[in-house]
Amino acid sequence: MPSERIDDAIAERPPHQAGKNGASHGIDTPIADAGEDGVTDILPYALEDAGAPPSLFPDYKSTVLRSPRQPLITLPQTLTETTGPSDVWNQLMGSAKADLTAEHKAPPQGQRIVVSGRVLDEQGRPVPNTVMEIWQANAAGRYIHGKDNWDAPLDPNFTGAGRVITDAEGRYSYTTIRPGAYPWGNHKNAWRPAHIHLSLLGPAFATRLVTQLYFPDDPLIEIDPIANAVPMPYRNRMVCRFDIDSTVPNWALGYLFDIVLKGRDQTPFEEGDDHDH
Amino acid sequence: MTIEASPDLETRNAAPRLDNLDPSLFGQTPSQTVGPFFHYGLPWKGGADLVGPSDMGARPELFPADHYVLATSGVTGTPQGEVIEIAGLVTHGNGDPIVDAMIEIWQANAAGRYRSIDDPREDIAIDPHFTGFGRGSTDESGIYRFRTILPGRVPGPGNSLQAAHIAVSVFGRGLIKRLATRLYFEGAEGNDVDPVLTLVPQDRRDTLIARKREDGVWWFDIAVQGERETVFFGL
Repeated sequence: MPSERIDDAIAERPPHQAGKNGASHGIDTPIADAGEDGVTDILPYALEDAGAPPSLFPDYKSTVLRSPRQPLITLPQTLTETTGPSDVWNQLMGSAKADLTAEHKAPPQGQRIVVSGRVLDEQGRPVPNTVMEIWQANAAGRYIHGKDNWDAPLDPNFTGAGRVITDAEGRYSYTTIRPGAYPWGNHKNAWRPAHIHLSLLGPAFATRLVTQLYFPDDPLIEIDPIANAVPMPYRNRMVCRFDIDSTVPNWALGYLFDIVLKGRDQTPFEEGDDHDH
Repeated sequence: MTIEASPDLETRNAAPRLDNLDPSLFGQTPSQTVGPFFHYGLPWKGGADLVGPSDMGARPELFPADHYVLATSGVTGTPQGEVIEIAGLVTHGNGDPIVDAMIEIWQANAAGRYRSIDDPREDIAIDPHFTGFGRGSTDESGIYRFRTILPGRVPGPGNSLQAAHIAVSVFGRGLIKRLATRLYFEGAEGNDVDPVLTLVPQDRRDTLIARKREDGVWWFDIAVQGERETVFFGL
């Protein structure tokens, strides 16, 4: 089971890989006790780790005018940053839509796949009951979006949007089709590798994450400026794993993908506190 | 000589490789851009209206109606507090509007309580009609809009009390990472001693302060780069 592999990995990880790596961003110390109003020991979420991409990555040309030139200011995390809307996803995004192949009259074109995994924090703890939103292009690499003018067919039976909610162990699963690669205007003959867009709230404002899932053995990853903004080897954190065990016989290929959100070093509450994310 | 099939034919898996599940790579999943084509997947009708049912926030004209699979407004009842509208122009480095940005807000209710189990202050009531979270797209002129309520003040580090503020996230094509900032209100009590605002160099502090226009809208431009670049926070 992949989860056991990860659990083992956490136990075996050397300290410098323990996820919390604020070295390039300065201090990351807990906030002092706020005392009388009952807000005690707000432990901040970790800053980004060594796998984080920069905001400015000139090979991805749109970043040149869309990245701040002033340094980010590190703030002391407060309740504003350590809380989030994770508990009210249903009121916001609505109920789950975990089968992107079942939204229309007929099945969409393309290779049916099941993507499953867990949402974890960087201490390896599951993030339960959290929403992950999903959107993607169709099998030909075309988005159902009026501004996508790539000359590939739309599929009336495929929207390519859905959302899943993690269970008590942080697990999720969704069914879709494998998206196609598509050209884009970044440079001559630029092609995006096949990818699925993912958006997660996590437990707090600080844990908000938008990312992309890539597929193994896609040679376009290696030359894609967006994926390349993430340095190696961390880029491979975004590459899912083909898995015969989650492949459904005579139905769909299975891929595994765990998402790791920023975590807090430790809970300020006593043992047995079960509401910690 | 007999040739037989491999005994593990039905149980073998592909060899592990250096990928998402490799133990040596375990750590934060890196951020990637939302790209330009998120409108059918993220900003739902009413996502930018935290006060009542409406279509604010969505751009349904950008994709066929029969491909609208997003939620619709889940606002029920009327939240407590002063209803406000906030809006602004999102621009990039040469001053041009960013017409494909997505803005999210997160805020406390009128009493200063967050709708989250991680806000432990049970003496301050949750407002059942207020989530505190909103999401909206910029329109074809680069302007975003939210309808919400004026947030109450929330404790900060030590014994400090933060001035009323709203946490803001900016996403878009060309933004590999979410940019996080804060919206404060011009003239609000506590701005001068706010523990976050006072961390910001004086000459950039006004980029975090919304101003009330004559039409009553709190205006808060977001410049991701360029002259009067908005202050963004690392977290």
